Formats: sequence, structure tokens, C-alpha cells
Amino acid sequence: MINDYPTEELLKSGCLSCQGCGATIVMRHCLKVLGKNTICTIPACCWSIIAGNWPYNTLEVPLIHTAFETAAASASGIRAALDMKGKQDTRVLAFAGDGGTFDIGLQSLSGATERNEDIVYVCYDNEAYMNTGIQRSSATPEKAWTTTTPTSHPKGGPKKNILQILSGHKIPYCATASVAWPEDLMAKVKKAAETKGTAFIHAYSPCPPGWKISSEKSIEIARLAVNTKIFPLYEIFDGEEYRINVEPKGLPVEEYLKRQGRFSHLDKEDVEYIQKRVDYEWKVLLQRSMMEPFHMNM
Amino acid sequence: MKKVLMGNHAASWGARLSKVKMIAAYPITPQTHIVEELSEMCGDGSLDAKFLKVESEHSAMASVISSQSTGVRSFTATSANGLALMHELLHWAAGARLPIVMVNVNRALAPGWNIWVDQGDSLSQRDTGWVQLYVEDNQEVLDSVIQGYRIAEQVNLPVMICYDAFILSHTYEPVDIPDQDLVDKWLPGYQPEHYLNPEKPSAFNGLVMPDNYMEIRYKLHMAHERAKSVTNEVGQSFGETFGRYYGAVEAVECDDAEMVIAISSSATSPARLVIRELRDKGMKIGLLKMRMFRPFPTEEVRAVLKGKSKAVVIDRNCSWGKGGIFADEIKGAISNQEDMPAIYSYITGLGGRSITPDLIHEIVTEVESGEPPAELSVWKGLKQ
Repeated sequence: MINDYPTEELLKSGCLSCQGCGATIVMRHCLKVLGKNTICTIPACCWSIIAGNWPYNTLEVPLIHTAFETAAASASGIRAALDMKGKQDTRVLAFAGDGGTFDIGLQSLSGATERNEDIVYVCYDNEAYMNTGIQRSSATPEKAWTTTTPTSHPKGGPKKNILQILSGHKIPYCATASVAWPEDLMAKVKKAAETKGTAFIHAYSPCPPGWKISSEKSIEIARLAVNTKIFPLYEIFDGEEYRINVEPKGLPVEEYLKRQGRFSHLDKEDVEYIQKRVDYEWKVLLQRSMMEPFHMNM
Repeated sequence: MKKVLMGNHAASWGARLSKVKMIAAYPITPQTHIVEELSEMCGDGSLDAKFLKVESEHSAMASVISSQSTGVRSFTATSANGLALMHELLHWAAGARLPIVMVNVNRALAPGWNIWVDQGDSLSQRDTGWVQLYVEDNQEVLDSVIQGYRIAEQVNLPVMICYDAFILSHTYEPVDIPDQDLVDKWLPGYQPEHYLNPEKPSAFNGLVMPDNYMEIRYKLHMAHERAKSVTNEVGQSFGETFGRYYGAVEAVECDDAEMVIAISSSATSPARLVIRELRDKGMKIGLLKMRMFRPFPTEEVRAVLKGKSKAVVIDRNCSWGKGGIFADEIKGAISNQEDMPAIYSYITGLGGRSITPDLIHEIVTEVESGEPPAELSVWKGLKQ
């Protein structure tokens, strides 16, 4: 845990986010930890707008906007250039939404992770294409409403498990994080920055307009996501060693679902189904966290 | 130092002599030797550069865009479908005004799979904002990569050096490798005014509203206008230092010519032979080598063609539904001008078919004796 909450703000006022935007809270805390000696790359996402239009920059770090599917490739290019300039101490932050990470950017993320580029990749997950107006992504939870999954045929199939994909690459460090646990989020960003090689943080980021919640409920919903075990907070080291960071209260998923307009069409059976799946996934996670990890030096 | 090099290794040497600091590439035939050689050079320390072995051409271009934006001279190479995959980011590189140099080995696009020469891959990237040079032999490959950086860094535009698959890429020719010290003096290290710098944080490539977008794009167009004279100046300066002169176009025996053959890339060499033979027989014929395609050398083309009666344009490419691309561009350049020749457009040599001196002879004879063909572009060498 970080006991000294950094007071420096590298995210300046005047950013163009919606009220209650989780993605903005994630960026603010990432930069508090990473500091000024950081270069940030952002693909097409809400943050393409939030950062401000030309010639403004709401961040106190250099920022390059890059094409939708290229966050990890762009970060790799910046890393390579910095290394050639002898600037190994400058950190590279790729900051992308779920669409740019789970969907269109997955190939370049896989490439960079397999090469073990020394970058920090943060995915702020608001569970749909929010910047274009709430279209489903492969990070959208099962049965949720979006504009391309209307209530007549809500999102089918479970949310893609991005950490499982990355741990399959034996990534040195990956973790989930939440805006409702800022100290935990910052501690993880610190670990990511100190990791030699690729580090990935999957940050849960409520979106009031997309989730149909009022803007003051972002943190409450984020807290419920963890306490209902829908979005557990955990880390994976070297793709093998699991560590759960917060013990969920084990509240029923209904407490989470009923507070959001995007789930208002769900009936009792739907809620039971989601509860069963969440319970199952939690068991799998628990088992993984209890497994003796494989060590190369054994 | 003279070495016998294949075209692809001449390209690698061009990058090495330019002291590129970052290379990102993905394998594709017939480009692969370039990056294999560069990988060796990085490995044995003869080139101090980072080599990023990315998972696609798209990521190759994305990463060189970002490394160049971080202030480091960057290089990549590709061909055909690889170039097509980069398309979105070609616009990005030019729009961001980055002086990246890329080699494209001209190869036919699939389907059906065809790995042989065809200019359709790079010509279909015409409007991405890249400077494009089409080169004739392996010496020109090496020289043009070095010149590419001088042009690119002077006008802040990316430059694509294009040459023919197999005819140059896999063929060995004697190549003079300039002295590194001389190249260093002629092409100093890359010193950008703006780059991603934590001591001076600013945002690159951000959202531009309608009240500014058009002005930014006008500047891109004006940079291309400047690139025309810069390409000629750089080619002249290169000649003064290294003894080999280049320009946007090359006119051979055109002064008193009545007919001119306009042609590009390696097919220029057999055309030179044909011109010499026909001159010996007393025919007043000249050759216009089209080295630069973007920006289009409008003024040079007009100056060469003025007063001629006929011009034959031989294209190893086709804009489907229109015809030969160089022919079309040349027609555009001379429109509304007085005293210009009739243009005869021929398409041949697609997908690796040879453009022989005999074929060029046949075309010239046809144009000399006949009426202008009914078709906009005549396909020559088709099997019956």
C-alpha cells in the first residue's frame, strides 16, 4: 500500500470527461505514481477527447495520439527510441479503452507482450465502445444492454477474460484494479512501473452515461463489482502466481445489477444465471491462487 | 568501396549508412532480405540500432511512427499486401509530418498470390501523403535511401523508395558503397524541433476541429510542393558529393526528339537500349524516366514534352476502370497546355511479365505508324 498519497496532479483541470468518469480517475492515479518522466500513448478511445483538442493537452506529460489498434505497437516504438537515446528511466504508458485492448488492439498487445516490451499498459475498462455511443465490445458483460445489443437481444456470451489471455503470454506482471480502491490501484501502477518487461493493468472504470447510472454512483458501483465477486481484485506474476488483493464481501450480484439501467431488463432467471457464473469464476480464481506456482529455478 | 549486392542488400546498406536508430519490420517476400541483413548488422554491431521484430506490418508502421515522434531516425521496409495492411498508418505518418523512410519492393497484390513485380501496391497508396520515388537499379536503391532521409527531414514528409521485385530485389549488381564519413557529413544526425519530451510536454496528433483542420492539411500539400524542388536540390547535392546525380525526372535525348517514351523503375533500362538503337537508325526519339511520382513533377514533365508530337507511356500497373496510372497523371499534367504531344498509353509487364527491348520496339513501331488507339490504355503482351 502507498501510505503517502501523492499530492502532485499531472492531470490538469479542464479535461473533457463526463461527470463521474472512471477512466479519468484511472488516468489521474496512474500519473500520480508514474510522475513527470513518462510518455503516454493513447489510441482512439474516450481519452482521445478527454485529453483536449488541438493545441491543448490536459496532461503534464508528453502525449501521442495513435490509431485505434496500435497502443502497444506505439508504446514499443517509444520504448525503442528512448532506449536508443539512453533514456531508460523514462516510462512509457499505453492508456487504452476496452475496445482498443480486448478487440481491435489485441494483436499488437499480444505482439508487444510476447516481445516483453518494457512498457506499462493500462486498459480502462468501461465495458463498451462509449466514445462512439455505447456499442458492445468483447468486454461487455453477458446480458447487458448496449446500443448494438438492445434488450431484444442483449449481449450474448461472457466477457472476455483479458488477464487469462495475457497470463498465457507469461507476462511478468498483470493485475485488475478498481477506481473504488485507489491505493490498491496506485500500488499496482507502482509495481507495473518497477517491472522489467511488460506490465498490464485492467482497471475497472464505470461510465455513468453508458451504464445508465447517475454520475455520483460510479465509486459505489465499482465497490459493488468487487464485493459481489463480479470484478475481483487480483494480480498474476509471471503468468503463474496468483494473488487476490481484496476479500469480497460476497454480496449477491443482484445488488450490483439492479442499480444499473443497462441491466434493468434482466429477469429473475437471468440474475440467477449470472450469480452461478460469477460463483464458478470465483472458485476457479481461488483454486488458481492456491496453486503452487511454477518456478524456473526449482 | 565496391561490392556486388542484390537490390535488397543495397537498401539495407542505404539504411545502415543513414545511421537509422530504429527499425521495425515484418517478413514478406520479396522484401525479406532487407531486414535479414539489417538484423545481422544490428547483431554484429556495425549498425547501432534497435530492431523491433513486430507481429505485423501494421505494427511496424505504428511503432516507427512513435519512435520517429520520440526523435529517432526510423526505417522500415515492406511489399504488396504488407504495404496495403499499413494503409491507415501511411496517412498517419504523413499527417503527423514524420520524416520516416520506407522501402517498398513493388510486388503484385493478391489474389491470386503473385510475388513478382507490379507497381500497383505503392501506386494505390498515392493519396496517403508520402513522397514516392521509383528507382532503376541497385546503385540507385542505395543512393535513394540516403537521399530519402535528406528530402524527408527537409520537408517533414515520409518518403517511400520503390523498386521492382526480383528484377532488382534479388539480382546482384556492382554497387559503390559511399564512405561513411562522407555520408555523415552529407546527412547529419536527426535533430527534430519537436518530439515527445518529458521536459517539454505537449500533445501530438490530437483532435482537430473543423476550424483548423483545413489549414493543417494545406500545409501538408504545400510541403509536397516544396518536396519537388527539394528532391532536385538533394539529387544535385548528392551528385556533387558522391558523383552520381539524380532528379525528379531524367530526360535522355529529349531536346530534338519528336517522340518520347515515358517509363519508370527497372523497365527504364531496356528503354534506354531501345532509344540508342533507334537513334542509331536516325529516329528522333527520347526517354523520360519518371523517378518521382508524388509529389508529381508537373513542371518537369511539361518542360520535357512541350513541342513533341507523340509521347508513349508504358505502365506496369493499372487503375482498374481507368488505365495506366503514369499515363493518366501525365495527361493531367499537360492538360490546358499548348503545344503538347498526343499521349499513347500502354499497360504491360503486370505480375512479373518481362518488359523486353523487343516489346518496347513493338510499341514504338505501333505508335509511330498507327493512329491513336481507340482504347484509353492498350494492354500489350496479352496471350491470345
